[in-house]
Amino acid sequence: MRYGLFLGCTIPTRQMNYEQSAREVAKVLGIEFIDGDYGCCGFPVESVDEVKAFSMAAANLKIASASGDVLVTLCSACGEMLCKAEKRLCEDAETTKGVGKVLMQANVSYAGEKPRVLHFARMLHDDYGLDNIRAKVVKPLKGLKIATHPGCHYVRPSTLYPGFDDPEFPGTLDRLVEVTGAEALDYPGKTDCCGGGILAVREDIAKAMTGKKLAKLTGKTDAMVIVCPFCGIMYDKYQRTLEEELGKEFGLPVLYYPQLLGLALGIDSSKLGFDVNSVDVQSLLEKAGV
Amino acid sequence: MAPDSIVDLSEADTRFLRRLEAELGASDLSKCFQCGVCTASCPVREVEASFSPRRIMKLAKMGLKKQVYASDTIWLCSMCFMCLERCPQDVRPPEVMTVLRNMAAKEGVAPANLSKLLDIIKQNGRVYSIDDFTNEERGDRGLPAIETEPGFIKRILEVKG
Repeated sequence: MRYGLFLGCTIPTRQMNYEQSAREVAKVLGIEFIDGDYGCCGFPVESVDEVKAFSMAAANLKIASASGDVLVTLCSACGEMLCKAEKRLCEDAETTKGVGKVLMQANVSYAGEKPRVLHFARMLHDDYGLDNIRAKVVKPLKGLKIATHPGCHYVRPSTLYPGFDDPEFPGTLDRLVEVTGAEALDYPGKTDCCGGGILAVREDIAKAMTGKKLAKLTGKTDAMVIVCPFCGIMYDKYQRTLEEELGKEFGLPVLYYPQLLGLALGIDSSKLGFDVNSVDVQSLLEKAGV
Repeated sequence: MAPDSIVDLSEADTRFLRRLEAELGASDLSKCFQCGVCTASCPVREVEASFSPRRIMKLAKMGLKKQVYASDTIWLCSMCFMCLERCPQDVRPPEVMTVLRNMAAKEGVAPANLSKLLDIIKQNGRVYSIDDFTNEERGDRGLPAIETEPGFIKRILEVKG
C-alpha cells in the first residue's frame, strides 16, 4: 500500500513522536509513505482569509496528486482543511473562482486535482483494516485501560467524511485501540474539544478547556490516546503547567495512537519517540510489559 | 437584564447585512430560530460564560455589525463543529463565524496574534520554521529532512486583495 504523506507544520517540528511512531508502524504494516515538498495546509489562515486558505490547500493537493491517488494526513486539522477545500472547490463556484485568481497570481498551476484525503487513523481503520492490524499484533496490551480522545476534526464536520465515523459517538479510534489488546473506555466527555483551536486567541480559555478534561480523566485511565498534534500540545505539553496552575496532579500519559500500536506490534519503545512526550510514560510502559 | 444585553435595532448596518448575505454561501443565517442548541453544545461556553454562538447568530442576523465586531467573541469559536452537527436548521454556526471573521479581518479587526501568525506563515511557508537544528534532530530520529521554505505559500499569501 502506497500513500502520500502530509505532515503539516506542528508534527515535523514539535511533535516528532507522532511522525516517528507513524512511520515505524507503517514499516511493520507494509505501508509505504511518499513525502512531498508541502507547505502549510491553510487551516491557520482560514479565519482571516478563506480564499487564501483554500488556495494554499489547493497548491498542496496539486503536489499530492503527483505522488499518487491517496494522501494521508497525521494532523486532523490538515485533514479537515484539505477535505473541505476539495468539497468547496467542487460545490462553490464563487470560491473556486477566487482561488483560481489567487493561484494564477501566485504562479501555481492547479487543474482541479483532488486526490482522496484520509486521516492516518482512518486509513488504518478503513483501508488497512482492523483484522489485518490484529494479525500483526505480537504483544497484546492486555490490562491497559485507554481513554481515546478522537478530537474534533477527525470526525467533524461529518459531511466531509461520508461513511466514516459517528460525529456524536465516535468509535473508530476505540476499535483501533481494541485491536492492540487494550481496553477502550467509555466515558463522558469523549467528544470534548481540547481547546487548541483558540490557543493563539485566548490561552486562558484554551487551557481551561484542557484542564477540565484532564481533571475528569485523572485516576480513571492508564493513558489518553490521541490522533491530532493540537490535542498533543494541549493535553501533553500543557499538562505540567496546568498541574502547577490548578494545584492538581494529573500524571496522565498522552500517547499518539501509533505509539500505542507500535508497542503492540513489538516495535522497540526507543523507536516510538516517547522521549518527546512531556508526561512521563515509564509507568505505562511497565504496565504494558515493555 | 444587564444594560449591555439590550440591543438597539436602529444600529443595524445594512451594508454589512448585504455583504454577509453575499458571503455566506451554503450556510443560511436567515433560518436561525434561536433555539440555542449551538450554545448548549459549545465547549467554549462551558468554561467561558460570555461566549454565546446563539447570540452572535442573532446579532449578525440583525446586522448589528458594531456589536459583532466589538468584543473578541467571534474569535472564540474553537471550530469543534459540534453545533454544526446539531443545528436543526442547518445554519452551520462555525461557517457563519468564519465569514464574520473574514469580514472583520478585511476591516482590520483581527486579534494581533492571528495577524502575527499569518506573517510567520508568509515568511516560512509554515507555522514553524525548519532550520538546520530541526533537520538534524529529524535525521537522528530517522526522519527525512524537510525543505526549509515552501515558496508557493509565500507567493499565495503575498497576492494582494
